[in-house]
Amino acid sequence: MDAQVATSTHTVPRMTAGVGAKVVARDCNVFYGEKHAIKMLNVDIPDRSVTSFIGPSGCGKSTFLRCINRMNDTIPICRVTGTINIDNRDIYDPSLDVVQLRARVGMVFQKPNPFPKSIYDNVAYGPRIHGLAQSKAEMDEIVMTSLEKAGLLKEVKDRLLESGTGLSGGQQQRLCIARAIAVSPEVILMDEPCSALDPIATAKIEELIDELRSNYCIIIVTHSMQQAARVSQRTAFFHLGTLVEEGETSQIFTNPQDKRTQDYITGRFG
Amino acid sequence: MTDISAPNAMGVAKQRRVDVTSAAAQARVRARYRSEARFKTYGLLALGITTVFVGVLLSDILLRGLPSFWQHRLVLDVPVAADAFGPPGKADVAAIRGGDYFPITKAALANAIPGIESRSAEKQLNRLLSTGAPDELRERLAANPALIGKTVKVPLLLSDDADLYFKGGETAIVKRAPRGIATPSGVNGEITVLTASNDFSDELITIKRALAAAAARTQFESNRLLKSPDKANQTRGTELAAEAKNLSTRAELSRGEEVLDDKVPSVLIEINGGLVKANKLGDSSITGEVLLPLKSTAEAKPADWKIVTFVTPEANRKVTDQEVAFLERLRSNGAVENVFNWRFFTAGDSREPELAGVRGALVGTALTLFVTLILCLPIGVGAAVYLEEFAPKNRFTDLVEVNINNLAAVPSIVFGLLGLAVFLNFFGLPRSAPLVGGLVLALLVLPTIIIAGRAALRSVPPSIKEAALGVGASHQQAIFHHVLPLAMPGIMTGTIIGMAHALGETAPLLMIGMIAFIVDVPQSFVESATVMPVQIYLWSDLPEKAFQAKTAGAIIVLLGFLFLMNGMAIWLRKRFERRW
Repeated sequence: MDAQVATSTHTVPRMTAGVGAKVVARDCNVFYGEKHAIKMLNVDIPDRSVTSFIGPSGCGKSTFLRCINRMNDTIPICRVTGTINIDNRDIYDPSLDVVQLRARVGMVFQKPNPFPKSIYDNVAYGPRIHGLAQSKAEMDEIVMTSLEKAGLLKEVKDRLLESGTGLSGGQQQRLCIARAIAVSPEVILMDEPCSALDPIATAKIEELIDELRSNYCIIIVTHSMQQAARVSQRTAFFHLGTLVEEGETSQIFTNPQDKRTQDYITGRFG
Repeated sequence: MTDISAPNAMGVAKQRRVDVTSAAAQARVRARYRSEARFKTYGLLALGITTVFVGVLLSDILLRGLPSFWQHRLVLDVPVAADAFGPPGKADVAAIRGGDYFPITKAALANAIPGIESRSAEKQLNRLLSTGAPDELRERLAANPALIGKTVKVPLLLSDDADLYFKGGETAIVKRAPRGIATPSGVNGEITVLTASNDFSDELITIKRALAAAAARTQFESNRLLKSPDKANQTRGTELAAEAKNLSTRAELSRGEEVLDDKVPSVLIEINGGLVKANKLGDSSITGEVLLPLKSTAEAKPADWKIVTFVTPEANRKVTDQEVAFLERLRSNGAVENVFNWRFFTAGDSREPELAGVRGALVGTALTLFVTLILCLPIGVGAAVYLEEFAPKNRFTDLVEVNINNLAAVPSIVFGLLGLAVFLNFFGLPRSAPLVGGLVLALLVLPTIIIAGRAALRSVPPSIKEAALGVGASHQQAIFHHVLPLAMPGIMTGTIIGMAHALGETAPLLMIGMIAFIVDVPQSFVESATVMPVQIYLWSDLPEKAFQAKTAGAIIVLLGFLFLMNGMAIWLRKRFERRW
């Protein structure tokens, strides 16, 4: 990893690659057909912390997030160059199985999207297809633990067999988080997880993110700078497909190095 | 970076407010309301017209078809001779099934209406029964041979004409009490009945009026034909002119006896337990033949005899006066029953309307649709899933897509020709078989299912697929575990609508020979069969009046089938619809 950092000649500012760096992107470019959506992106994301991506709409932060679990593969015109490593392993290596990658890199989407099945089945689906449980008891254990970690167990333990779509928006989103952590991922990607929720549900999710931080590498895309400031240890500011500035959240918000960052966080544009 | 400095030049623009008070604005509002009201009226009008048409159509079909679900039978005491099927006590089931039942039913009818002497009357009496009349008797005897030698009370099926007579509309029967005492001259054969009063003058006037009307009609027809340049028409016109002259002469003659024929209403006399049909009608006497034998030649008081008129002339009816006399007698004896026509649902086709049923066509339809469904559903859903979710987007798949859409619009007869050329001529599959019918209809329904299936798959929100991919499901797992189950109600609806379309399809089946007259109910996929719409088409072509009702009855059955299928589609959609 040190060698990689040393050979990189790019001038884009980046964090110092700490010991805990989990996700490392080098010279990453993303194209949608002709459109150059992400330009020469370099970033190191540490393990067991929350990193937030901020920036105006269309700046490429969601696109990059979706590159980390190769969700962009489903878009036929999307093309990725450069390398993205997780634990020093290139995730775009042809010999790597994308399905196994996605089991290691969980994702929570902007709109809560539980399966139209029971709450239990929603959480059990991932462990089931990956064969994580040998018996019904083990599966119950996984489901209960995941719901517990997502802070949902107290609210739903009496109606595990009811449809997941019958929950409130915030509960649905926490169910999606439970579903994501049920397969014990190493990285959890969250694409604006609170943008469809009311402030109370948002507060609960943020609290949950803070608790999960101790076990996972969490990357969150958000439009709310307050949220970024509240939940994340590190913040990356994207603009027009480039990573403008990345660093300690407190430093980004109090002492930004780049004028664009300063303008954005002070509300001058975006 | 240019968008950082946001220009703030809005202040200089002149502010435009929506004007709500001026006359022009109010006129605009009124115009908007008028336009909305107009649109609503058009909609209601269209709805009303549609409802009226559908209502007329349905009520017409029901009115015509429902009588065919009931049928009249004669319940008679049938004496079965001990030696009817070989030596007494030795009859086996084969002999009973193959036996000649005509003498048995004939004897039963003779018991029911005793005293018939003339051969022609006897013939007409026997003609009242259907050729399938002894079916029920045969079944009972075969099931219980001990009944042989006894008298069995059993329902016998009436012929279609007799059945139609009881269903009504053949002729009105008017009965009138006379004033004089009547004296018949005999009990059977040709007799004269004299009355002490001029009881028949009213009938004579009616007959004269009918003759005058007939004369006018004939004259009009003759004039029309005489104007025609055609030689044959001229000849016929001259004939009719002579006939009209004859009729008007008869109508004008005020005195004397009138000879009645089958073109004027029939006049009959009910006397001494018998019925006499007038051939010659005078003011106070009639001469005619006995239709139902009299008990005696005793004088009858005015209260004891009646003058009966069958208003419709005999020539305009399917049943003769003699037959009406028999049927009315049987009805007054309580031997006629009207029961639900189970045979309509249990029998195959027949040339006799009272024996014909839709079972053969229903089973043929079921077999054909089964083949269609078995082929269509897996292939159609598979094609839809592949094209929608897996196929690369290139020229070739575009071509396939365009062709599938085009196939849905190909006239069905073309599929019939294809079936004829490929399945029958090339592969040598059996003609008229449900297998081939199902194959052809599958070709017809496949595009519908594929298009409906793709639409259903597309309507599943992509977030569900993303969610599955997000927890590490493969593309295939995401589709088969989540997308396809959610699309299933839509696919089922499309399939059932496609099947309903196939159910009503006739043209392609004509090409592969499913239009044959098939009596037996098909037992397998390769036996000759026919289907409901073809059966309707076949029956609608037949001349017997009773088949009109059968046609409408078969249409009701087909529509019932359709409603059932569409109801199932709605139920499936409601039952499995998921919201997210």
